[in-house]
Amino acid sequence: MATVAAAPKQLVMADLKGKVDPDWCPGCGDFGVLAAVQKALVELQIPNHAVVTISGIGCSSNFPGYINTYGMHTLHGRALAVATGVKLANHELTVLVTGGDGDGFGIGGNHFIHTMRRNVDLLYIVMDNQIYGLTTGQTSPTSRVGMKTKSMPFGNIEAPVNPISMALAAGATFVARGFSGEQKHLTELIRQGVLHKGFSFLDVFSPCVTYNHDNTYQWFRPRVKKLEDDPAHDPTDWIAAMEKSLRWGDEIPIGKFFERTDVATLHGAEPVLEAGPLVDRDPRIPADVGRSFVEELM
Amino acid sequence: MKKTFTIGIGGAAGQGVATPGDIFAKIFSRRGLHLNAYNAYQSIIRGGHTFLTIRTGPEKVTNMGDRLDLLIPLNQDAMDRHLRLLATGAACIYNADTIKPGAAADGVQLCPLPVSKLADITRNKVAQNTLALGAGISMMGIGFQALEEVLAEQFKKKGDAVVAENVGIARAGYDYGVANFKPFAWPLPRRENRYAVLSGNVAMAMGGAAAGVKFYCAYPMSPSTGVLHWMAAHARKAGIMVRQVEDEIGVVNMAIGAAHAGVRSMCATSGGGFALMSEGLGMSAMMETPVVVINCQRAGPSTGVPTKTEQGDLWQMLGAAFGDYPRAIAAPLDIGDCFKIIPEMFNLVDRFQCPGLVLCDLLLSEGRLSVDAKDLDFGVVIDRGELITKTNGNNGTYKRYQITESGISPRAIPGVQGHTHTAATDEHDEDGVLISDEFTNPVKRRAMMEKRMRKVTGIEAAVPPPALQGPGDADVTLIGWGSTRGVIEEACEILTEEGISANQLQIRWLVPLHGEAILNILKGSRHTIIVENNYSGQFARYLRSETGYAANGHIRKYDGEPFMPHHIVEAVKEQLAGKTNLSVPAHEIMV
Repeated sequence: MATVAAAPKQLVMADLKGKVDPDWCPGCGDFGVLAAVQKALVELQIPNHAVVTISGIGCSSNFPGYINTYGMHTLHGRALAVATGVKLANHELTVLVTGGDGDGFGIGGNHFIHTMRRNVDLLYIVMDNQIYGLTTGQTSPTSRVGMKTKSMPFGNIEAPVNPISMALAAGATFVARGFSGEQKHLTELIRQGVLHKGFSFLDVFSPCVTYNHDNTYQWFRPRVKKLEDDPAHDPTDWIAAMEKSLRWGDEIPIGKFFERTDVATLHGAEPVLEAGPLVDRDPRIPADVGRSFVEELM
Repeated sequence: MKKTFTIGIGGAAGQGVATPGDIFAKIFSRRGLHLNAYNAYQSIIRGGHTFLTIRTGPEKVTNMGDRLDLLIPLNQDAMDRHLRLLATGAACIYNADTIKPGAAADGVQLCPLPVSKLADITRNKVAQNTLALGAGISMMGIGFQALEEVLAEQFKKKGDAVVAENVGIARAGYDYGVANFKPFAWPLPRRENRYAVLSGNVAMAMGGAAAGVKFYCAYPMSPSTGVLHWMAAHARKAGIMVRQVEDEIGVVNMAIGAAHAGVRSMCATSGGGFALMSEGLGMSAMMETPVVVINCQRAGPSTGVPTKTEQGDLWQMLGAAFGDYPRAIAAPLDIGDCFKIIPEMFNLVDRFQCPGLVLCDLLLSEGRLSVDAKDLDFGVVIDRGELITKTNGNNGTYKRYQITESGISPRAIPGVQGHTHTAATDEHDEDGVLISDEFTNPVKRRAMMEKRMRKVTGIEAAVPPPALQGPGDADVTLIGWGSTRGVIEEACEILTEEGISANQLQIRWLVPLHGEAILNILKGSRHTIIVENNYSGQFARYLRSETGYAANGHIRKYDGEPFMPHHIVEAVKEQLAGKTNLSVPAHEIMV
């Protein structure tokens, strides 16, 4: 009897549903990010076993448990370091890193900068709610000056970081900002971020409905302006991207600020990986190579 | 006593102490002799004082010994520090133009070299070193050809002219030595062996390559950096991905990421970097992703003495990361063991899916030893444990943290169809689902703790207990761990020759410790003394906490320099005479 190869199964939204439902507060912006990621993966038809979703710690970092891919729920601030290891050991995997602003720009700030300059091929989505949620409402690195929180009850006196400018300065090769309230737009940014060969940074306004009463959906909605709606916007222009990253106030740009495709990825620049992913290699090194290492010492 | 010959070369950093050291080492190992080399140096790139000790002989040489046979001071400072320590039969070769000898003991031969007459010092800044090499070789009864060969290799890259110039200078030193200096009483013998000479760092790096390490990352930190240097230099040939990372937190997390994706992954650091890795070890244990971390101890606390040795990190290793979790900790016993211990550790942690810690120290990391090539075996067994790397038709019933009797759950790596799961640092159930969100689930929490901790029993069964070395019925039992094996062994030999029978219990596996087996051994001991390179007796305290056993006495050293055999011998004598139960030997050589 002739065998017929089964057609590859079509990936549908239900395939990407996690083992448990999210425990985020009703109305949390992170629901919108989860849905957008799932939609983008369905659009891209990447098999879920070929995707690893990696997070640190925080409300948004519970993300890997809510999506049916391989997942790693690592340490606070360390997701990018872990993700770099995963990608270098098996560069055929699609690597998504998810987390919050405290996780990525506070405790994980060092890894954020260095992962960008290395151009590790992954998509880093920060669900930026400008507050610490899981620890019940303290100031975050993106909290505005003057914002009152439990840790700064008389108002924040420290300037916030600008994640978009930071990413541009550190050499990220894809820099974008989304809004959890703009599903279609966000899904498209995620799709492009996954396809981009190199480090893709996507900062997402993902309102915290419980602890941040300043930066709400109502606050964002009239302010966000899509860069894609501006016919003059050129995402290959780094200087223009930097200038746009500084805009904040009545109008806040969202969309793809910048993308360049002429920089080698970390795994692409490493000759050791030319023979294919490390994970597929025979662990044993050839006997003559081993002997040559000993001979050097004699 | 074993017959050995020891050379000391002292000078300022940048004066070229290392090169003559390397050349002597090569000549000895090619002569079929064993050797041990240790360089005492400071954390500066130029200046200060460095002192290299090379000891050689036809039998295994395990430590720097107690006496120098040949001193080569490259400056006045080195002469002043070391000449007075030479005893009858020893010699000192020095540049008579620039260095004045002090008072030497009777029977010490002073060998002044008229350097500016023998070589053009305006052309060759290290002429004094090369002349001394030549003169020294002549006095040891070694033919010039051996030196010529090594010099030709050493300077090959710089071209024929440089080779010829150096060979010429060496020849002048050799001939001057033959004509003017008395040869040593014991001409160095020749044997039919050929040894590899390597540092502990190189041994551990090569051990990693042999174990199948495919990912190595590090942040530079003395004295562990040699592992990174070997890995980086050999990465392409060995097919190993080597990365220098922004900090040690990044290092351990990146290493665990690579391990999680399915390759053997290793990193090395020293105490300060290890402190930063602590949280990551907990992640390795909780996610059940094996990783091997090497800690090359240096004198602490804090930045401490970056270029000096100590065994002061035991409790840091024992206490690294919060919570209870299975781990293995092993301390290599010598530089050859630095190679062997790495594949052993990988096989153990791959099987038990937990972190494995290798507790080395500067003495081994940066010391050098002759090792038989057959002990550097790249054909070692590689056992990856219960690892799922290919799809097996699983239709979604796979549970990553399945509760089993052994505590080991088969581990599927990302990319394998039908096995998607989340590995979490939060407590989770068999399926990887977090339980912290269930308003705590005491039943599941207890089950998962017990599952992970059951692996401890398996690890204990997989690791052999320590054994007593030497006569069962001895006057004194010396207990040590890790790098002190060689020096304690030699102290035992000296004591036995002097009429005090001594045996040795050297601990290689710190976790699991095999406390019962140790108690059984020590039951038969008359007098026990624990020898360790730290202030508080970290192993003594650990042994007591695990077994209730308190030794009769302690010998401790925490001045940054390693033990010499006579330190231990004299301390044992004073303790057996009842003078004290805590000896802290003074290091006589000021380096």
